[in-house]
Amino acid sequence: MSVQPAPLAADFPPGTGDFDFTSLIPSLRGAEAGQAFTKISLMVWIAIALVIIFFLVAYRAPKLVPTKGQWLAESIYGFVRDGVAKEVIGREGLPFAPYLTSLFLFILVMNSFAIIPFFQISPNSHIAYPIILAVLSYVLFIVAGVRKQGFVRYFRVNLFMPGIPWPLYFLVTPIELISTFIMRPVTLAVRLFANMFAGHLMLLVFTLGGVAMLESANFFVKGLSVASFAMAIIMTFFEFMVVVLQAYVFTMLTASYIEGALAEQH
Amino acid sequence: MDLLAAVNISGQLGTIGYGLAAIGPGIGVGIVFAAYIQASARQPESAGFNRTWLIFGFAVVEALALFGLVLAFALQTGA
Repeated sequence: MSVQPAPLAADFPPGTGDFDFTSLIPSLRGAEAGQAFTKISLMVWIAIALVIIFFLVAYRAPKLVPTKGQWLAESIYGFVRDGVAKEVIGREGLPFAPYLTSLFLFILVMNSFAIIPFFQISPNSHIAYPIILAVLSYVLFIVAGVRKQGFVRYFRVNLFMPGIPWPLYFLVTPIELISTFIMRPVTLAVRLFANMFAGHLMLLVFTLGGVAMLESANFFVKGLSVASFAMAIIMTFFEFMVVVLQAYVFTMLTASYIEGALAEQH
Repeated sequence: MDLLAAVNISGQLGTIGYGLAAIGPGIGVGIVFAAYIQASARQPESAGFNRTWLIFGFAVVEALALFGLVLAFALQTGA
């Protein structure tokens, strides 16, 4: 855990600089390679380890009457399989359930760091991580569609919608190209990133604002800092809701894109 | 920009831009949830089925406001 400096009133208007961390390896501090191992990347490793170890331990010795850990793992898997894969994609979605479950749990753990004390920032508030996750989903739904329908047929169904008069293709095809193959991964990444970014910024505003008010010379302003800290606590609960919702939304949109790629009709 | 300099306004235009960008999605998210409440009030047994699409619609509409937020930070001048 990196040592966090005490917040100062001078930090008050929080900005993008608050998302940068120095290297955890002291000799690399300041060097470009030092960015390879910061608090953020440490959290990503922890998240990966947590998800892998959790499923390995929960399913090491599966029993007919599940233990607590096994029950939890099975509930999460069951929730994603029935609530997302089966509901959105249908019976064909079952092979995708393991991927969707690991995706859901990984994003959930990554997002949860936003509100866990001493971590208090989600790695997903750096756009690099949502981009990789979005690219994975993007490749997955295109590969799923190509494998199901064949390369030519998949792009023909998606770009040249059957059953409309041909002059409309001048209008429809560019729209389809942009919305399906460009905007989908972009919105997927930006949505997750911006939610975690905005959430962290909001918590910073109220916490640093409270500190700034506390250090004020005016007695009344000093007293009002309690309201700012209370608001920070309320926003932490709100952030918890966003954390779970965004993990669910990312998983569900991935499932929905796979469903669209597998569908015979447009 | 000359006008802004003349009346002595300083600060980030991005903030105003984000405010403008949030209007549409704000209305949109309101409509999404209003439609969900209305649908499940008229037909309570469909509430579970509709919840999936509620989240879906919410996420799609919300994306535009988030674009505004990101652009407000990304396009800051002289920051």
